[in-house]
Parts: sequence; C-alpha cells; structure tokens
Amino acid sequence: MATSGKSETARPAAAHHEGGSRRDFIFLAGGAVGAFAVGAAVWPLIDSLNPAADTLAEATTEVDLNPIKEGQAVTVKWRGSPVFIRHRSKAVAEKAQSVPLADLRDPETDEQRFGAWPREQWLVVVGVCTHLGCIPLGQNPSDNRGEYGGWFCPCHGSQFDTSGRIRKGPAPTNLPVPPYTITKDNKLIIGQEQEKKPTA
Amino acid sequence: MSTPAAHGQSQNRTVKWINDRLPIFTFADHFQDYPAPRNLNYWWNFGSLAGLVLMIMIATGIVLAMHYTPNSELAFDSVERIMRDVNYGWLLRYVHMNGASMFFIVVYIHIFRGFYFGSYKSPREVLWWLGVVILLLMMATAFMGYVLPWGQMSFWGAKVITNLFSAIPLVGTTITEWLWGGFTVGNPTLNRFFSLHYLLPFVILGVVVLHIWALHTVKSNNPLGVEMKGPQDSIPFHPYYTVKDYFGVGVFLLVFAAIVFFFPNFLGEPDNYIPADPLKTPPHIVPEWYFLPYYAILRSFTQDWWFFQIVFSWWGVSAKLAGVLAMFASILVLFVLPWLDTSKVRSGRFRPMFKWAILVFLLDCLLLGYLGAKPAAEPWVSISQWATLYYFVHFLVILPILSRIETPKPLPHSIAEAVLKGGGGAAAGATAKPMEKA
Repeated sequence: MATSGKSETARPAAAHHEGGSRRDFIFLAGGAVGAFAVGAAVWPLIDSLNPAADTLAEATTEVDLNPIKEGQAVTVKWRGSPVFIRHRSKAVAEKAQSVPLADLRDPETDEQRFGAWPREQWLVVVGVCTHLGCIPLGQNPSDNRGEYGGWFCPCHGSQFDTSGRIRKGPAPTNLPVPPYTITKDNKLIIGQEQEKKPTA
Repeated sequence: MSTPAAHGQSQNRTVKWINDRLPIFTFADHFQDYPAPRNLNYWWNFGSLAGLVLMIMIATGIVLAMHYTPNSELAFDSVERIMRDVNYGWLLRYVHMNGASMFFIVVYIHIFRGFYFGSYKSPREVLWWLGVVILLLMMATAFMGYVLPWGQMSFWGAKVITNLFSAIPLVGTTITEWLWGGFTVGNPTLNRFFSLHYLLPFVILGVVVLHIWALHTVKSNNPLGVEMKGPQDSIPFHPYYTVKDYFGVGVFLLVFAAIVFFFPNFLGEPDNYIPADPLKTPPHIVPEWYFLPYYAILRSFTQDWWFFQIVFSWWGVSAKLAGVLAMFASILVLFVLPWLDTSKVRSGRFRPMFKWAILVFLLDCLLLGYLGAKPAAEPWVSISQWATLYYFVHFLVILPILSRIETPKPLPHSIAEAVLKGGGGAAAGATAKPMEKA
C-alpha cells in the first residue's frame, strides 16, 4: 500500500512486516464487501433470465391412452416440446428388450426405461434429438424411421431404435424418458413421477 | 503535417471558443492530417465499407424496431405487416435483411485482405484482436436478428444453436434453460434476443471505435507490407482516400441495390416464410450462408470419425461436444494467428509459398461453406471431415512450418522507392495500380 508518500499517514515500515497495516485490512475487507454487494445486485438480473414461475407451472400434460390402438403413435406437447407416445406390440417391446447392452452408446435396458408389461407397451419419450434439439421423424407411418425402426433425425442423421435409444449418428444420449404416471383408467400424466413402478 | 484549412487553428471566435473547451475541431483535422500509405489498393476499401454497412444496419434497424412486435404469437405477423402495410416497410426490411449478408461479405473480404497482406503481424496484433471481437459480436447479432421474424428457420436455427451449449458437461441443461427462459425456445427467448439484438450493434460500434483508434496508433498496413518511413511514403487520408472510398461506396451500393431490388430473397431460405412450429422440424435445416463453414465444421465430428476417436474419444468427450469446441476454435484460433505465422515478411507478394497456402485455405473455406449447405450424408460427411482437418492444419501446422522454411523475396527499401519505380519485385503490375490513384 502506498502510504509512505503521505506524511500524515506514514507508518513505521515494521507495521508492514507484521502482515499488513490496518489500512490493508480495511482495503481488503471493503473490497470483499463491495464484491459481495456487486454480486448480490447482479444476481437478480441473471436469475430473471431463468424460467419464470408461470413457465414452470405448465409442468404436466394429460393424455387419454384408450383411443390409441396398438401400433399407433401420438405426439403431444409438454413444456413446449413434443413428447412421442407409441403403443408398442408385445413383439416390438420384446425386440427392444433383447438388444444386448454392448450394442448401445448410452447403455440402458428397455425395462429400465419403461418398466415391465403391461406398462412397457407404452413408449413415452421426449421427442427432441439429444444432439442439437431437432424433432426426429418417425411418428407418421410414412416417415423414415431409420435402420432401427424408431426415429430418424433429419438434421444431422441420428437414428434411434424402438426404445428411443441412440444407435447411430452424432447424438450422445438416448431420447430421455420424462417422468410420467399411467393411472388405473389408462390416463397418461406427463411430468409426474409414478409412485411405484408396477413390475411383472 | 497540418494543411492550411485546419479548423483546430481557426481564428473564427465561435470555433475557437468551442475548440478550447472541447477540441472537436482539432479532432476533425485528424482526417486531413492522418498519413496513409501512398500505395493502398482497392482491397483497403472494405474497412470503411464495413463501417458504412454498420450505419445502414443501425438506421434501418431502429426504424424496423418501431414496427416490430417481439412476441411469439405476434412476431411473424408483425413482420408481414411491415412487408405489406407499413410505408416503405418492404424496403427497410429488405435492406436490413440483405444488409446482414453484405456486412459479412465485406468483412470476410476485409479479413482475407488481412490474411494475405499480413495485417495481423506486429505491431497490429491488438488491432487484429479487436477485429476478431467485432466478428464474434457480428455473428451473435446476426444470429439473434435472424430469430426475430419467428419463421421456421428462425425457430429451428435458434433451437440448434442454443442447444450447442447443452454439450457442456454437467451444467449444459441448466445453461440452456437459462438461455431459453423455459424448457425450449419460446416467447421468453424471443424477447431477450430482441433486446440483445438491439444492444449489440452499439457494442460493435464501441469496439469499432477502439479498432480505429488502434489503427490510427499503428497506422495502416499496405500491399508491400513495408512500414512507412517518412513523409515520402504517405499521403493525407483526406482527400486522397476519402475520394477512393467514395468510389468503392458507389460500386458497393450498386451491388447492394441490385440484390435488394431484384433478388431480395436470393440469400434467404423460403422456409422462413412459414410461421414457427415447435413440433415440426423442417426437413433440411441450414443456417444463413455466412455461417455455413462453421456449421460444416460442427457437423463433421461424428462418433465414427477416426480423428475424433484418436484425439477426443478416449478422454470422454462426446462427438457433439468436440464439434462445438471445434466450431468455436475455428474463430478463436484467429486470436493467436500473429504468433502462428512467425515470418517477418508481412505481404504475401514476397512470400512465394505462403501465397499458395493462403489460396488453398481460401478454397478450403469456400468448400466448407458449400458442404455446410449439404445434407448430413455421404460423401459430404467425409469431405467435410477432411476440409475441417485442413482448416486447422493450415493454422496450426502449415503456417508455423512455412514461416521457417520459406525464403521470402527481397523487400523494397521503402514504399516510395517501390511505387515510384513502378514495381515491387515480381508484383510490378499490382503495385502500378495504386499509383494511378495516388
């Protein structure tokens, strides 16, 4: 600290050797308080950019599963993004379950993702490619579903299997399974975790 | 150096009264006094052209903002209203829309001028850095501006680019949700992009002032790459280069007007005239042409690329993250360019090997631009992988080695000597040209 130049504040040099003068302490303490104050003042500006309360409130979407026939696919909107629902036949589900984990980039069994029969017949995934956020094709019967019978992302060529798992292309992870509940009267609530996953 | 008409020395009492309190007239004299190399050719027009386009963009943008509504329900229609109902709205929007393309054309030529004539070398490193900062700010501004009409390409472009940040390990999702203000691109995203799109041009303006300040401290480079050594090497900026710049402005505005009036949508994507649909991705997403080379670099990183597997894969970086890092690195490498090209000779005219290297690099950039518009399928993927590799090899391998092994041609002793002789070594024809103007 440049105290030596001013006579009224000049102190013996020894004060510095003892680990700093009182002025140093005040300088550091003042700096710390100032930094905290700036941080506290800036934080509301930064946090205001996070999802607002009304955005967070749009957290669940309900779908009646009864009219969806086996083999049909339906897309619904949840938190502004599409969610893919497919009513899988037992054969399709079993095929997805039989894929060895070694073949998967993001290893996850079909059962870990969707549970066991009869829950497994409902495939529910967020329909947003985990690469850069495009919507993969495959919900319409005429769409290109890729080599693995699931979805094909038109943007950068990622391919997903009938469990929504990444098999080929640039996407790093599987299509995520959102938290969801299937009620007794076959209603799907996306955005709400099932209390207890039914097992076979 | 001052000319007789210098206002700073004016005897007019009002001028003097103001100038003593705010030396604005002395500052204005700088244009007349500022010594510029006498041999600047037309490649040196593009700096002032970039400044002109910035002014056009700010002027049209301010007025467009008075008619535009930044709301995801209303934005698309408000742009259509500008096109159909607002007086001269179509003109303002087409000028602004194509002005972005013109800005990038001009700036890319300006950058390649710097590459070829070694304008990034000592003592112009900070000047070069500020230029790279301006480029980055321009890219952010252009990207956010493209989102505002809220068409299909606006929406999906925004989605893909903001998703780049989800590649960051651990905090990726938190960051993207913070950027979006929601769980996907939506109204909050549009609002903040509008705010920032209005702000950033003024930040660019500030950095441009620093860029010019740095320029006027170290002075212009020139086609010979030899520093000015005295008054015989320079001419005053005004009127010699103001008049030359005006001629360039005339040619530039002819091209600009031809695009605005005859091909206003040539550089755009038809899909952006379809309102944004968050549930349907267009079959073929492409960025605006000026982002295509970077987009090609981003996409070239696939899980099965041998280069990716050797360099990135084993330390747990995904192909997605590697692509994002490479895309940012393709610009950031420009910051260290002054230390990668260690040759003391600036101008490519005296560097027989560098001359070819920079030409091949230019072709590589054009090839990347072409590939960025192609679908992500073979053979385009393999070609973009080689082109991406070459992009970085040029900077990190070729330039450092070339600087060591190359024998440059002898430099002229001074600008005046070369110019008055009518030739600088082998480049006789090229140096003769600026003489006609000088």
